Amino acid sequence: MISLSDIPARGGSPFTPSMGVFVALVLTAPLWLEPVGLYQYLGIEVAIWFIFALGFNLLFGYAGLHSFGHGAYLGVGAYAFGLYEQNVAVDLWGGLAVAVLAAGLAGALVGALISHRRGIYFALLSIACGQVFWFCAIKLHSITGGEDGLLGIPRPDLVIGPVRIELAGNAALYWFVAVILVVVIVVLWRVVNAPFGRVLQAIRQNEMRARFVGYDVWKIKWLAFTLSAAFAGLAGGLFAMAQESAYPDVMSINQSGLIVMMVLVGGGLVSFWGPVLGVLVYFLARDILGGLTETWLLWFGLMFVIVVMARPEGLAGLVDMLRTRIGLVPAKHAPVGAKTGGA
Amino acid sequence: MALFTAENIRKRFGARVVLENVSFSVEQGAVHGIMGPNGAGKTTCFNVLTGHYAPDGGRISFDGRDITGMAPHRLARLGVSRSFQIMNLFDDTVVIENVILALPEFRHRALNPVREVFHDMALIERAMGVLEQVGLTARAWERTASLPYGERRALEIAVALAPGPRIVFLDEPTSGLGIDATRALAELISKIRQRYTVVLIEHDMSFLFDLADRISVIHWGQVIAEDTPEALRSDKWVARSALGEVA
Repeated sequence: MISLSDIPARGGSPFTPSMGVFVALVLTAPLWLEPVGLYQYLGIEVAIWFIFALGFNLLFGYAGLHSFGHGAYLGVGAYAFGLYEQNVAVDLWGGLAVAVLAAGLAGALVGALISHRRGIYFALLSIACGQVFWFCAIKLHSITGGEDGLLGIPRPDLVIGPVRIELAGNAALYWFVAVILVVVIVVLWRVVNAPFGRVLQAIRQNEMRARFVGYDVWKIKWLAFTLSAAFAGLAGGLFAMAQESAYPDVMSINQSGLIVMMVLVGGGLVSFWGPVLGVLVYFLARDILGGLTETWLLWFGLMFVIVVMARPEGLAGLVDMLRTRIGLVPAKHAPVGAKTGGA
Repeated sequence: MALFTAENIRKRFGARVVLENVSFSVEQGAVHGIMGPNGAGKTTCFNVLTGHYAPDGGRISFDGRDITGMAPHRLARLGVSRSFQIMNLFDDTVVIENVILALPEFRHRALNPVREVFHDMALIERAMGVLEQVGLTARAWERTASLPYGERRALEIAVALAPGPRIVFLDEPTSGLGIDATRALAELISKIRQRYTVVLIEHDMSFLFDLADRISVIHWGQVIAEDTPEALRSDKWVARSALGEVA
C-alpha cells in the first residue's frame, strides 16, 4: 500500500511526472472542457476546490488533525475578499492578500485554542469554532449582509506592471485561477517534502515520540492549522471572485463536511494527489449524476460509505493497487547517491 | 557533582500513590540500574524523570539545573533522552527517517518549508553513523513497520541516541528479546556507556547486574535499596522481595 510518508527515489526533484500530467491537464482544460460536454465555469470551480482540498490535506492527511470545520476559513477568505473590494479598493492582489491573511488569522486563533486537543475533542472543537464564524456571518448584518451575504463583489483586473488583463470573463478568470493552482501545487509539494512536512508526518505517526526527540509538537500543529486555513482563505477569495458574491453557505458545516468527504474519497490519507481525485469525482458526480437524477447526492453518499468501508485509502490507493498489479510501480529504494549500508 | 539527581519524587494518580520519596543520583558516565517487580512504579518513575508527567512533589536536577516538570521537548534539547518499553517509532516511514527526525541538525530546521530532506547527504551520513552503532545500516531504507522485533528494539535505542543526549533512559530494552539478542544488546550498552550516561530499567537481573554501576530497587513506589550490584546480591530486602534470585 502507498503512504503519504513514502520516500520514492525522487531525490530532490521539485517536479514529478504526476505534476507534469496534472499541469498539462489544467492548462489544456479550456480546450477540451466544452467538447466533452462540460463548461468553462466548472473548470474555475474545480480549480478553486483543488486549492482548498490540497491545503486542507496538509492538516488532515499530513498532520493527521481531523478538522471538521474547515469550511469556515473558506468563508472567511470569501468575506474578506468581498469586504476589501467593496470598501477599500478594487484591487486583485490586495483582495487576495487580505483573504489569505484574514483566514490565516482566524486559523491561528482557532488553532491556538484547539491544537493541543486530540482525536474526537479536536474534531468537535473544530466544528464548534467553525460554527461560530458561520453564526457571525449570519448575525453581523451590517458587515456581512446577513443571510443574503455580500452581493455584487467586483472582479478586479489583473495588473502586472504595465499590463492590465480583464478577468470579467470566465475564460480569463480560469487562466488566472489555473496559474495560482499550479503555484499552490508546487509550493505544497515542496512543503510536504521539506523538513516541516516530514515533521508534520512524524507527529501524525507518533506524537509522543516526536515530543521526546525534541519537537514542540503544539507549535508545529498550530502552524499547520494556520497554514491550511490560509490556503482555504486563498480558495475562498477566489471563490468570492468567481461567484461575485460571498454568503453564509460558503462557510456552512456542509462545506466542511464536503471537503472531508472529498479528501477521504480521493485518498488524501495516502497520497498527495488524493484530494485532487476526490474533488474531481465529486464535481463529475454532481454534474453527470446530477443531470440524470435529482437524488445524486444520495448516490454520492452511498459511494462514500462504500469507499470508506471497502477501500479506506480511497481512490489514490485504488489507483496505486492497479498500477502495482500491472507492474508500473518501481521498487522503492534509497535516493540516488545515498549510502545504503551493507545490504 | 552528580549529573542527574532525583530528590524525594512523589507522584500520585487520584488516591493511588505511585511514587513516594524516590531519590537517587547518577554520576557522569555511569550506568544506573532500576529494578523492581511489575507495577512497582519503574516506568512511572521514568515518565516523571523525562517530563511526561509532572511530579506532585520533589525536585529533579540535571547538570546543576532544576528541570522539575519541564516538558519533554525541552528536556530532549538539554540532552535528556529516552527509549520506550512499548515501542514508539515512526512506523509509516523508512528506518533511517526515524533517526533523521531525531537528529538535532534536522530539528533545527524543522520549520524549514523548502529544503529537500533526502537530498542532504551530510544528514544521511550522520543518521547512518547512529544506525551503525546499533547495527542497523543494512536496514536503513526498509520500511520501519517491516522490521523484525529485535531490530525494532535496536532502532528504539538508535532513536534515543540520535538527539546526542548526555543522559539516556532505557526502559526495559531487553523485553521480549531472545538470549542472543539480549547478549548483543548487552554489548551495545557496554559500548554506548563510553559516550553516554545511562539509566536502565531492567527485568533481566543477570543483564542488569553485569552492566550497572549502581542499582536502585523500587518496590511499592519506594526505593527500598540502592547500592552496587555486588552489595545488592547479599541484601536481605532485595532477597526478601524475591528480586535477587536470578542473580
